[in-house]
Amino acid sequence: MIRLRRPADEGGMHHLSTLPQRVVTIYLPLAVFLIVLLFPFYWMGLTTLKPNEEMLNLQDFNPFWVENPTLAHIKKLLFETAYPAWLWNTMLVAVVSTFISLFCAVLAAYAIERLRFKGARATGMAIFLAYLVPPSILFIPLATMVFKLGIFDTKLALILTYPTFLIPFCTWLLMGYFRSIPYELEECALIDGATRLQILVKIMLPLAVPGLISAGIFAFTLSWNEFIYALTFISASQNKTVPVGVITELVEGDVYHWGSLMAGALLGSLPVAIFYSFFVEHYVSSMTGAVKE
Amino acid sequence: MAEATIGRPTPQRLSLWARIDNNRTVLGLCMMLPAGALLLVFLSYPLGLGVWLGLTDTTIGRKGGFIGLENYALLFDDSVFWLSVFNTFLYTVVASAFKFALGLWLALILNNRLPFKALLRAIVLLPWIVPTVLSAIAFWWIYDSQFSIISWSLQRLGLIDQYVNFLGDANNARAAVIAANVWRGIPFVAICLLAGLQTIPQSLYEAAVLDGASEWQRFRCVTFPLLTPIIAVVMTFSVLFTFTDFQLIYVLTRGGPFNATHLMATLSFQRAIPGGQLGEGAAIATAMVPFLLAAIIFSYFGLQRRRWQQGAAND
Repeated sequence: MIRLRRPADEGGMHHLSTLPQRVVTIYLPLAVFLIVLLFPFYWMGLTTLKPNEEMLNLQDFNPFWVENPTLAHIKKLLFETAYPAWLWNTMLVAVVSTFISLFCAVLAAYAIERLRFKGARATGMAIFLAYLVPPSILFIPLATMVFKLGIFDTKLALILTYPTFLIPFCTWLLMGYFRSIPYELEECALIDGATRLQILVKIMLPLAVPGLISAGIFAFTLSWNEFIYALTFISASQNKTVPVGVITELVEGDVYHWGSLMAGALLGSLPVAIFYSFFVEHYVSSMTGAVKE
Repeated sequence: MAEATIGRPTPQRLSLWARIDNNRTVLGLCMMLPAGALLLVFLSYPLGLGVWLGLTDTTIGRKGGFIGLENYALLFDDSVFWLSVFNTFLYTVVASAFKFALGLWLALILNNRLPFKALLRAIVLLPWIVPTVLSAIAFWWIYDSQFSIISWSLQRLGLIDQYVNFLGDANNARAAVIAANVWRGIPFVAICLLAGLQTIPQSLYEAAVLDGASEWQRFRCVTFPLLTPIIAVVMTFSVLFTFTDFQLIYVLTRGGPFNATHLMATLSFQRAIPGGQLGEGAAIATAMVPFLLAAIIFSYFGLQRRRWQQGAAND
């Protein structure tokens, strides 16, 4: 209603469509999209809180709601399984590998983008190609390497291998950020006698903070999401990450404890979702930036 | 460029560090060292090692010898391998087509003036943020043969008599995993295309309206051509991710029923890790490389065309 009274120049050409038209072409499809995209999360949360008898009795209870919510599944997950250890492992591996990747990526991006050393362009291209190498063709040779290095079944194996898909992405993103910082700033500093390292730390990095945050968040969610390396390189329960632990340890034979499975999925998604909600803009800019560059 | 204008101190008085600092190539290589070393050891070397392993009969716990193309010859006669190739293509083509169509539609919707636009965008991206394995577990429960909420709803609506056997029937299972993949992929496509849509100048649409263009004509003659380069890049990424997908299949079906949903990645894992045949698994993984290269070349030309459109001749 209010929309119709707004000045026509404010929103482009929206005065050309009437409200009923907009309901059919925009709001209705949007509502369907949102319901479909969010339903699995609702279902995850609902199942987590459902007592077993409600979950498995679809005749007497409405499956879309919970009548006697219970925390039993979460309690079982936290106190009777190694779930807290998996959460801690995932967090540790994600944070450490993100910081390693950021450190390497800052140096590499500055060298490629600003020093323009011999072969910088080719190196930039190689970094982009490295980004396109999928983990599912690397995990077998990496498994043999991890075994030979004696780091099989340790968090170190994950911390060392995750940067292989994080560094290319972070470097590519930071190259774009560094490119947007004017050369003149650097020239001034050079005239004042600053070394390259001082320029990088005191001028480039403070200006590239949004880029660093974007790259960091994206890298963090990527490592939280990683599955195939963790599945292949880790075998002891206390070393597993959340995705691997949930899928390999909470399923016992043919008996699926759906309540604790859903609780595991929900609790494993929450940290990354909360983290993401604080930095949505950075996340979106890094995702679209990587595609647009 | 910058250095040429700067008066340098006399060279013979410089310390080692200052000399490194002044030589861009040496300094550049020093700064590339951490990233370069990690990537060479854990990315380039395994890539080559994978190709080599594919030519050996290595198993877990036994170092194998060179056997030439024997693994590939075995795979060539292996109907399960060809089924997985077929499944991979089916999965990639169908899922990518749906992701593209629905993602573009969602992007066009979100490009309208909407209340709480930032919030909507944040919510739309959620399926993409949440770890695939964890959302796949939710789908696993949604697809359960006895307690599926979809079957329950359809039955209540009187559309079906029996519960759908989502993951037990070959075609149902294929449709189910594709649906789950599309669900996860739509946000990525939609948000990237939305960013592309926002770069199209509003004045072009105004000019088109003044010329009497209908909504469909505005989409076909203004939006779509200007969006083509970013579509090419986004869809290449999407195809690459879908083609090499592993997590979703591993959680939902483990390749079953009767290998009907095995992708090349899951088959390679199954043969190599639980099956112990590292050589054969590596050969399957290596067989994916030509397809990936084709997609990368496609992406490269997409980027070229975009540069050409933006009128930037160099850089």
